[in-house]
Amino acid sequence: MELTTFFQQLINGLQLGAIYALIALGYTMVYGIIRLINFAHADFLMVGAFAVYFFASFILTLTNAIPPIILFILGLIVALVAGALIAELSNRLAYKPLRYKPRLSALITAVGVSMFLEYFFASLPFIGPSFRAFPDLLKPVSFVVGGVYLNNIQLLDIGLAIVLMILLTFIVNRTMMGKAMRAVSQDKDAAKLMGINVERTITFVFLIGGALAGAAGILMAMTYPRIYPNMGILPGLKAFVAAVLGGIGNIPGAMLGGFLLGIAEIYATSYNSLLGEGIAFAILIIVLLVRPQGLLGEKQSEKV
Amino acid sequence: MKKVWRNLPTLRLLIYAVALYILLMLLSSGGILNDYLMIIINICLIYVILATSLNLINGITGLFSVGHMGFAAVGAYVAGTFTTLVWKLPNDGSVSTTLLFIVALVLGGIGAAIVGALIGMPALRLKGDYLAIVTLGFGEIIRTIINNIDAVGGPRGLLGIPALSSFTIIFVATVVTVLILRYLVYSSHGRAMISVREDATAADLVGINTTKYKVWAFVIGAFFAGIGGGLLAHLIQLAHPTQYGFYASFLVLIVVYIGGVGSMTGSILAAFVLTILEKYLLPMLLQWAGLGVEWRMVIYSLLLIIVMIYRPEGLMPREAKFMIPEDH
Amino acid sequence: MPEEKKVVLKIDQMSHSFGGLKAVSNFNLDLPEGVIWGIIGPNGAGKTTVFNLVTGVYRPSQGHIHLLGEEITGKKPFTIVAKGAARTFQNIRLFGNIPVLDNVRIGMHKNYRPSMFDCVIRDGKFRRAEKKMREESMELLARFNLHGRADEIAKNLPYGEQRRLEIARALATNPKLLLLDEPAAGMNPNEVDKLMEMVYLIRDEFKLTILLIEHQMRFVMRICEWIKVMDFGETIAEGVASQIQNNPRVIEAYLGKGVN
Repeated sequence: MELTTFFQQLINGLQLGAIYALIALGYTMVYGIIRLINFAHADFLMVGAFAVYFFASFILTLTNAIPPIILFILGLIVALVAGALIAELSNRLAYKPLRYKPRLSALITAVGVSMFLEYFFASLPFIGPSFRAFPDLLKPVSFVVGGVYLNNIQLLDIGLAIVLMILLTFIVNRTMMGKAMRAVSQDKDAAKLMGINVERTITFVFLIGGALAGAAGILMAMTYPRIYPNMGILPGLKAFVAAVLGGIGNIPGAMLGGFLLGIAEIYATSYNSLLGEGIAFAILIIVLLVRPQGLLGEKQSEKV
Repeated sequence: MKKVWRNLPTLRLLIYAVALYILLMLLSSGGILNDYLMIIINICLIYVILATSLNLINGITGLFSVGHMGFAAVGAYVAGTFTTLVWKLPNDGSVSTTLLFIVALVLGGIGAAIVGALIGMPALRLKGDYLAIVTLGFGEIIRTIINNIDAVGGPRGLLGIPALSSFTIIFVATVVTVLILRYLVYSSHGRAMISVREDATAADLVGINTTKYKVWAFVIGAFFAGIGGGLLAHLIQLAHPTQYGFYASFLVLIVVYIGGVGSMTGSILAAFVLTILEKYLLPMLLQWAGLGVEWRMVIYSLLLIIVMIYRPEGLMPREAKFMIPEDH
Repeated sequence: MPEEKKVVLKIDQMSHSFGGLKAVSNFNLDLPEGVIWGIIGPNGAGKTTVFNLVTGVYRPSQGHIHLLGEEITGKKPFTIVAKGAARTFQNIRLFGNIPVLDNVRIGMHKNYRPSMFDCVIRDGKFRRAEKKMREESMELLARFNLHGRADEIAKNLPYGEQRRLEIARALATNPKLLLLDEPAAGMNPNEVDKLMEMVYLIRDEFKLTILLIEHQMRFVMRICEWIKVMDFGETIAEGVASQIQNNPRVIEAYLGKGVN
């Protein structure tokens, strides 16, 4: 492989990985705190993308004079809020009643929520199951650096993902809420005894995870400007693999796993399309067989 | 007389089965059940096979497989490829098509069982969520591979599969599956599987080779899923990668958990109730309400969430045995 | 020198560590046939780890374990059970959601094993095996005064009966060596006395060798012919009850260093 091709693929991989990482964070945080594989998480991204779609279309019918950067920032806020709200709504209505019930019922419910969101959006007459073109929030601008093609969307994907990750790391490590999150994920009952409001902490996790999914939604829609109700399924599945790769429940692990998976997928696809399609699952199985706790996860052993 | 008594549960089960078969045949030939309804009943029966076999893995052995349709896909494609190839050969009528179909189904089952063994191996080391994730990954890999094999149609699917799944064959296959699974569950091997579910470490320490039983659960469950897949492919005369994605697996999972995990009776009832609900009652209801048929799955998933919230243990408790009574 | 007895369990220089923590170091044991011996020590002394190493839950980092003259170091738990070692657990681990009878029958599974094929076609082999398993299980349950409970779900039994059921399940595997992990935990003095009788009885009736871990000193001192004391993974003393009771190192391990 030529060096420029190598770097070109690396950039493409980082771009894809940034989106995976943002989604993976939501999976991993929810898993970390309530041990639930939230299958509906991928659909929060779709909800975020559609929210921005309707918002932007509405604004653009009102005025064309709005500067693109303002439109993008407003769109981003809409995506974050929509993702956070839908995540907390599913938590409140579907998962919370099952908090102290067998874990499997919550998992099946998550599948139900996922199906509901997808079919509901596909059934709404003003959305429907088919593709929609996502409006250009920002004008695409390409430039070449040392033979490698870059565009502003790519840089935005990677840059925004990194900014959000830094913000998240700060929240988790430096704030009282972050401390509460870590405590609840260690031991819910002990945290409760220490005076932590467990339900409020869980809500906070869903809000943050959902907001990150919303951000992934707007970035994905800007990168691949076709949106549809099932758009979350495949990236969701891959991002989930990324979370497992990094160590499910581990926040830095999800970031690392997302980027690694994105890069691996781009390189594999350039080699062979079947490999590209299947690499995520192949990685998943290898990781689980060799190091089930993931790259950064800690091994847990059973007490007899 | 004593022997008859001892076999009474089996006898009861067989009497149910024969009565149901005769009833359905009469209704069908009398024109009360039209072809569409018969297809729905056939699908119900196939779901019984898929759900009870998944229940052996998830409910009895306590593992957590979410890729069951991956096994069904192997069965569908192996059996479908076999029959489509054989049907191209000149046939002077000396070989019974039913016999050939049974061979095809068993081959499909064996293919699925081999894949089940391969997937069961990781079960040696993984448990709970991790096992679920690995089965999901394997299921998706199977789908991806099929999607990329041109010889079986790739993304177009395997077309032109002969219509061999008659009601009788599906019915007999279902009864045989349920009987075998029931006999297995109510034996010392079944109890060994249950001990893995209850406490694998303790089971190991009372002499149960837990690894072996985990793999066996996968192999047997996959075998019957393969049979179910083969029947499905020869019913709708098509095998397509999209039928076997993880959403399809979830539909089977839902049948098992709504029915009550660990309850074979529950799986059987839920297979009927949910399939009829999804394919017949909901479309009818929606038509009556003036809504499009696309709302079917919206209501279906909503019902699923509501059932899970109000009855997280499923509709049937694990101990319910009235249709599948225990011997002794 | 008394007559040389057969050694049931022989442990040489066994050590095990978790990460950097040495849980058991240089543990030695020659357990003669038919005895009741005990291991005592403060919490975290490594007693249960010794049981876990013997039964194959963990593989020792060093040393050798022989059961009835056969090396079992690093073997899988179910193979070790098959060779004749059974155990109970500190925190009761029954198969909670299934009937009492099935708990015992599962213990018997390794002795009677009709093939899966026999089970599916329900042939004579299957029926004979099921019949024998059922009869023997009922006998065993009767022995522990649990036969009236055979069809009850195990987790619904009262605590004392759960403890007895766990021992019954261990005996169903037909062991030569029985490892009891804190059998008297949570029992009142009256129950402890009954337990003591029972331990003697099952030893004689089932021709067992018994090694037990216990915190209740009254129980250990009265029942155990020989006692090993562990602290921080080390064996700090061993001997008969009276020797242990007066051993300064043992007193120190339990009560801390005295002020001079």
